[in-house]
Amino acid sequence: MSHPIVKSVIVPGLPHPLLVPEQNPGWQQIRDGFEAARAEIAASGADVIVVYSTMWPSVIGHQMQARPEPEWVHVDDIFHGLGSIPYRFRMDADLAHAWVDRARGRGLMARAVDYHGFPIDTGSVVALKLLNPDNALPAVIVSSNVYADRAETIVLGKALLDALEEQGKTACAVVVSTLSNRLFTDWIEPHEDRIHSPKDEEWNNKLLEFLADGRLEDVAQLSRVIHNQIRVHKVVNFKPMWWLAAVAGQHNRFDGAVHAYAPLFGTGGAVVTLTPSASSVGDKEFDEDDVDVYRGDRNVLDGPSTPAPARASSTPGAPAAPAPPRDGGTVHAAAAPKPVGAYPHARRVGDLLYLSGVGSRTPGTDAIPGGPVRDGGGNALDYDIEAQTRQCIENVRLILEASGSSLDRVVDVTAFLIDMDRDFAGYNAVYREYFEPIQATRTTLAIQALPTPIAVELKVVALSGDVPKP
Amino acid sequence: MSKGSIVAGCLAPHPPHLVYADNPPQNEPKAECGWEELRWGYERMRKRLDALDYDVLVVHTPHWQTYVGTHFLGLPRFQSLSVDPIFPNLFRFQYDLSVDVDLAEDICARAADAGLVTTMMRNPDFRVDYGTIVSCHMTRPAWDKPVVCISSCRSTAWYSVEVMQEQALALAKATREAVEASGKRAVLLASNSLSHRHFTNESDVPEDMSQEHIYNHGQYLWDMRLIEHIRQGRGREIVDEMPEFITQAISEADAGSMTWLLGALGMPAYPGEVHAYGTVIGTGNAVVSWVPPGGAA
Repeated sequence: MSHPIVKSVIVPGLPHPLLVPEQNPGWQQIRDGFEAARAEIAASGADVIVVYSTMWPSVIGHQMQARPEPEWVHVDDIFHGLGSIPYRFRMDADLAHAWVDRARGRGLMARAVDYHGFPIDTGSVVALKLLNPDNALPAVIVSSNVYADRAETIVLGKALLDALEEQGKTACAVVVSTLSNRLFTDWIEPHEDRIHSPKDEEWNNKLLEFLADGRLEDVAQLSRVIHNQIRVHKVVNFKPMWWLAAVAGQHNRFDGAVHAYAPLFGTGGAVVTLTPSASSVGDKEFDEDDVDVYRGDRNVLDGPSTPAPARASSTPGAPAAPAPPRDGGTVHAAAAPKPVGAYPHARRVGDLLYLSGVGSRTPGTDAIPGGPVRDGGGNALDYDIEAQTRQCIENVRLILEASGSSLDRVVDVTAFLIDMDRDFAGYNAVYREYFEPIQATRTTLAIQALPTPIAVELKVVALSGDVPKP
Repeated sequence: MSKGSIVAGCLAPHPPHLVYADNPPQNEPKAECGWEELRWGYERMRKRLDALDYDVLVVHTPHWQTYVGTHFLGLPRFQSLSVDPIFPNLFRFQYDLSVDVDLAEDICARAADAGLVTTMMRNPDFRVDYGTIVSCHMTRPAWDKPVVCISSCRSTAWYSVEVMQEQALALAKATREAVEASGKRAVLLASNSLSHRHFTNESDVPEDMSQEHIYNHGQYLWDMRLIEHIRQGRGREIVDEMPEFITQAISEADAGSMTWLLGALGMPAYPGEVHAYGTVIGTGNAVVSWVPPGGAA
């Protein structure tokens, strides 16, 4: 299946383009930009619209709007004088619930919201009224947790992809957020509207330059800088671009279109669409870790009694990582190749560590030493089973060390080969180098294929690092 | 007409959990128990206030957040369903609230004369924020007193605590003068918690009190420092320390409610009566009343 996000959209949430666009040419320009984005969404073939609103703050994890047909007459807390906004929306409750489940599966607190009269925020109301006026597509809205930082927000996005893939749906992802967010603090006449400061204006234009080039991941990587430069610090960080980049695939390969940019009561309002594309202007240097599972609040203020999270350590002489808790403690080894599904690298039960199947991809790059077994078209390629086996065992070592254990504590190995006749001898020779002194029990099986184009995978059980060897 | 007065000022925090645990008929979700210390504290405060024979509640609310000045409810009656956007599982409350529009307009006008940006809110579809409803309900569950509802201008976030306090004290002076001119006996409510770092998880049973405690020790130390100031009648010291308190305890006093209250009371040098202290999902909350010696501030 191709990527489930077929369109990404950025829109502002202030009510002026909806309620009084005629009062200012810039507000009308944004209204027209909404219309252009609406037309793109309608033509995208998406099954659902998913809205991440910076104007819906939450505290208890993230909340997903799951009421099938929420209905109310909304009035903005500040701009109540512009009028009321009656609405009735159509939600994809099944997707909302699936997203909640998948978010929880990745370690996040999440819950579905299905209550009559729940106060849908101004930004979501404006976005859905203008982007989806006839409820042609069902929608899901998600809150923005005030305490969440990058890890939670990236994982939240990945959980949406899990849910979409599970349900076989495609979506348009919509972020409701201004660029610079400094409002005027006194009432102005509509014709007096302007971006609050030249600095805000310069940063807005720089962001729009990136977005017009389709450089969404680059903008996401700049989120902390954006927060410090052009955002009033109402929450811990500027996170909508993290979410959008996470759901859109964490790359820069988009065709960007800036449909409108204008001041909205001092803030920078922009309507931008991003359509997946084969081309890219390239990436800036990625300087932050990817993250697949959220492991809870850092409790950075709690002092030394707070246990540090387990981290991979493959540096010779470095102290061993702490062993995970005895019952159900999971390990996500940052130094090992990323899992290809929603599972940890390892899990401890009692004295034993159970590792998920470990393949031969190189950590960080996913390159396969000795070459892949097939090309992108499915054509068989020559490959080096010894190189693959060696990388596979090194990956096992990385995961065990991240778990506070080590290779010499392995007690049982199950090996999977995709071509027993061709590969057994080479695999067995490398295996001997590592495991002859360890004397773990072993079973070797021939199977039809593995999920990535590799030839060998190992399933390992080992003693935890804090358990004496027998 | 005799001169009006502020007969009491109260710290009246608004966690919806307190209404939820009280099980009033207006609230749809029902609880088994929970947060008794705070709810019993509110009971004690209500008895204290009942003896004062007041006419109106004036509430400053952190959960009507306005970035363009300070707003006031400006119609005689608001009646609707309030659903807490953060705890909708706990708070879905049918409210029926009457407004003292005359007093609201006078505070609004006097604050504008003092240089603040002020606005009367007259859209009949407007939903009153849940913070106002919780603080008013816990203080006066009979709902038989009119209310003046004042929004929180978010100048702490926009500018600084110092700017917020400057504005809150100007609003306090306007409030006090308007109350005095009205001839009414007013009780003022600052609807804020003290330390305000929440847990980001909730128990399966929200009222499971085995899970309730302060978020961390630093928050508790700050709360106790503020409460000791209250108990010792050091109102001015609280305002002086507000920048550090807000920054380090992530305090909800950033909304300006507490500064406004202390300013309107004339920086009380007499003790506040601490009816209760307790935590709600990790935040620190105190129920306090200041009753001016001699009967009026």
